[in-house]
Amino acid sequence: MPMLTRRALMQGSTALAATGALAGSGLHEWASAWAQSAPWKPEAGAQLSLLRWKFFVQSEDDSFVSLVDAFSKATGVKVNIIRESFEDIPPKASVAANTGSGPDLFWGLYSLPFLFPQKCVDVSDVADYLGKKYGGWVPTAVTYGKSGDKWIDIPVCFGGNMLNYRISALKKAGMSKFPATTDEFLEFAKATKRNGTPGGMALGHATGDGNTWVHWCLWAFGGNLVDANDKVIINSAETEKALNYAKQLYENFIPGTASWNDAFNNKAFLAGEISWTNNGISIYAAAKRDPTKKDIAEDMDHALWPVGPVGKPTEFHVCFPMLAMTHTKYPQACKALMAYLLEADQYNKWLEASVGYLTHPLNAYDANPIWRADPKNTIFGEAAKRTLTAGGLGSVGEKAAAALADFIVLDMFANVCTGREDAKGAIKIAERQAQRLYR
Amino acid sequence: MADIALNPRPARKRIGDVTAWQRLKANRNWLGIWFMLPTAAFLLLFLAYPLGLGIWLSFTDARIGRGGNFIGLENYEWLWGDSVFWLSVFNTLLYTGVASVIKFAIGLYLALLLNQHMPFKAIIRALVLIPFIVPTVLSAIAFWWIYDSQFSILSWSLKKLGLISQNIDFLGDFWNARWSVIAANIWRGVPFIAITLLAGLQTVSPALYEAATIDGASRWQMFRHITYPLLTPIIAVVMTFSVLFTFTDFQLIWVMTRGGPVNATHLMATLGYQRAIGGGYLGEGSAIATAMIPFLLAAILISWFGLQRRKWQQGEAND
Repeated sequence: MPMLTRRALMQGSTALAATGALAGSGLHEWASAWAQSAPWKPEAGAQLSLLRWKFFVQSEDDSFVSLVDAFSKATGVKVNIIRESFEDIPPKASVAANTGSGPDLFWGLYSLPFLFPQKCVDVSDVADYLGKKYGGWVPTAVTYGKSGDKWIDIPVCFGGNMLNYRISALKKAGMSKFPATTDEFLEFAKATKRNGTPGGMALGHATGDGNTWVHWCLWAFGGNLVDANDKVIINSAETEKALNYAKQLYENFIPGTASWNDAFNNKAFLAGEISWTNNGISIYAAAKRDPTKKDIAEDMDHALWPVGPVGKPTEFHVCFPMLAMTHTKYPQACKALMAYLLEADQYNKWLEASVGYLTHPLNAYDANPIWRADPKNTIFGEAAKRTLTAGGLGSVGEKAAAALADFIVLDMFANVCTGREDAKGAIKIAERQAQRLYR
Repeated sequence: MADIALNPRPARKRIGDVTAWQRLKANRNWLGIWFMLPTAAFLLLFLAYPLGLGIWLSFTDARIGRGGNFIGLENYEWLWGDSVFWLSVFNTLLYTGVASVIKFAIGLYLALLLNQHMPFKAIIRALVLIPFIVPTVLSAIAFWWIYDSQFSILSWSLKKLGLISQNIDFLGDFWNARWSVIAANIWRGVPFIAITLLAGLQTVSPALYEAATIDGASRWQMFRHITYPLLTPIIAVVMTFSVLFTFTDFQLIWVMTRGGPVNATHLMATLGYQRAIGGGYLGEGSAIATAMIPFLLAAILISWFGLQRRKWQQGEAND
């Protein structure tokens, strides 16, 4: 019996890996070429572990895995991908930052890196490289990426959160196109309720969908949690108007939205229980994938958020920043991976695989065919350009992140909508909460 | 002889002349201390240190990822005026109070029932434990579906039976949500109490019941004057544990409501977690956690002095 030594095993596995690389598609060849010329040379023996948000669109994750595979083959850097529900990423990342151990890379939401900016590897060189090569970053990406004058994360993509509606319900409500203003939108909500095809938006502690719509509403009426100097200014007539408008909307929702978290509206829409809600493209993607939901896929479309009295879009889409922790032993490998993911040969494929769930932060990717392949995708391509940032007028830092995590604005709206408090009372509570964080 | 005088024998220690250290090593009273040291070190490291650290953090403005500065009582001052915090205190007391009382009632009833002779006794006793064995998160997810605003099996059944016309808003209405999470907690907590009390019941000597039967005691009298007094020590222990578990419950709430709707089901534990870990304000989260300590101490003291005030505790006869 031949002795199986460690050396023999190593040689064997190297040979295997090499065969794999040769047999691989063009992706792998490209990856190898890229690895040769990239400005970041991974450290010898580097291994990375990456914690990402758990996908909503399976094909997006499949594509991500194959991109990372190609990266591993080309550079020899093994990457271990861990997935967590996106609400669980901030606590995990915070603990990792606090203890100095854990995954090397975190890919989370909104201002995650700003919870611990001093623990993020400076990735300004990666951001500059990508920005120069791909037509520049959209302004919101810069806001989410930069702390002071250095980039602490790479805002890999945005996730558009738009209005999803059934075309038949819109027609039944007597409208030819989706409402463009808040007033028309309220009429639409009333009409759908009358017609027995109500909609609904989450008012439970829903990090994604809940925060998205209440911030849209607050901003649409000119309300703001804080001003540019992070001074709390929530107590205003504008906020009150926004709350009263939301209450009217809520009265025309399907009952039960006060308990909704991020998953409820997807379930309800796909079950035909609601005719409109706010969501990413994942409902549409799921409907297209499931043959029994074909009628829903054909009968649904997406719309931009209606514009309120402020007269300009006040949308709030999710940003997905990726950061490397300073405790990583392989910062160059981290940078190489981040740069690699956003290179056109990878990123375009990934965008397509995500079927519109992800939106690019770099202008050059406006040209990606996904945005024109299906007219129902198109508006999602504008998410990064249209969104305002967490914190509104104020800084995108840890206070804004804490305010989102503590659901201050969401609870204020839920307080009023459910009739627990009147607008003034709810504003007072929110003001107190905000002052606590912004002190 | 002169030699002997010049070379005195080296002074040998006399028997009674031992060092304090040797005495400590061999002393029987100290022996106990030596044996307790490993446990004490374990407790210090894993209980006292985290507790002390938590209390210290509550006096700082620590955020996740960086240590804080001492800010005295500032966190507590903010909490004092914080309506959401007080709401969570109210919710926690309500949750603990109602759930504990009902869990005790159902648990005691089940224990008495299971103590009877009946067919398949062992299997039934094992079945009762199921809610306790299922991981909390799984049972919470099951309840989450049971309480779903659109797809609830309860609403569906009642609708099919023609009893209601519209889905019950289990987790969207404040009081519905509170009762719903309490019900889930009761379902989960009953087996622990039932099985522990059952164990206690089995230590009661049948001779006592025989004697009481001969004396003509009714079933209620037997329960009141034999079962209950002999069960008291177990009740004290099991209820202390039950109250502590319920007071510090986290998973059920976090999975089902995350404290919503509008914080109506936020417990102190979930609020502390949301602010410390979710929001990153470790200091304030610790202050909320620390604020739980007086309540927990009170619960322990009540059960200790209220339920266990019996002389057997001091090793004397029952009074």
